[in-house]
Amino acid sequence: MSGTDHEWDEGNPERLYVITRGRSGLAERTVLDLVTLIVSRSKPQPTMQPEHAAILRLCHSPLSVAEISAYLRLPMSVTTVLLADLLADKRVEARAPVPLAQLPDRALIEAVMHGLQKL
Amino acid sequence: MDFRSSETVVGPRSEDTLPSSAATAVKVVIVGGFGVGKTTLVGAVSEIRPLTTEETMTQAGADVDDIAGVERKTATTVAMDFGRISINDELVLYLFGTPGQQRFWFLWNGLFEGALGAVVLVDTRRLEVSFDVIGRLEERGVPFVVALNSFPESPSYPTEELRAALDLPPEVPIVECDARTRESSRDVLMALMRYLYSLTTPTP
Repeated sequence: MSGTDHEWDEGNPERLYVITRGRSGLAERTVLDLVTLIVSRSKPQPTMQPEHAAILRLCHSPLSVAEISAYLRLPMSVTTVLLADLLADKRVEARAPVPLAQLPDRALIEAVMHGLQKL
Repeated sequence: MDFRSSETVVGPRSEDTLPSSAATAVKVVIVGGFGVGKTTLVGAVSEIRPLTTEETMTQAGADVDDIAGVERKTATTVAMDFGRISINDELVLYLFGTPGQQRFWFLWNGLFEGALGAVVLVDTRRLEVSFDVIGRLEERGVPFVVALNSFPESPSYPTEELRAALDLPPEVPIVECDARTRESSRDVLMALMRYLYSLTTPTP
């Protein structure tokens, strides 16, 4: 059975509302993709919101937004709000995915094929 | 969805960290019905144990001001499993397995936008669940290949019969696979890449 297929869980929206201070993540989502790579640019501070500190600890080497969400066990929308805070304060760097044109880039596809052949 | 205090957040194992040179990530989406083997395929080729990201689906029109209703369900969590393949020191490929229903797709902003392409994973015992998925991908202009996951009791049809049944254009590749094995799952991704490559070739 696929793990994606497990039944729906009941969430805890009130707690998530507190973590994001009521922000929905809609604005932040437009700049952060599931596979935007995030790298820390500063160390966690004791005065920080714990979720922010946790992200800085996780991202000492590059991690995608999806991985951060998975390790924090927080929904993507909440994760993007937290990351937007850190980006605004320049505490993390975002390495955005390649903007895809209408047609895939030839060199990129070749690189992926080459990588897959080594699997 | 229980955020633990920041000290106890368990990050990637040291062997699962990406090199600091990792600069660009691309994604491929594996779409299929419940139990068709999406996570199996992702797990077979992923260099990390598949992870799960979640999104909260808020019910529109929930009684926001109704204090008496706090114990009621006001949001639902939907999960999506994914894996990762380091292509080289700079390029990383992520594979996301998502259910076929379109209502799930909107939860993850940009799941298909910016994806290289998609794999429609099909169980030949339940072809009908794939019709909708294929139609939606075509509407969105997402290039895809169809992979038939072989189950022991799956009926085997000639490819052209399946193509007709799924109403697939002649250029869309159909491949058979065993999602449990790395080699076979890798070959599915290779079929997608070859197809994408063919799309980059200008028509003579």
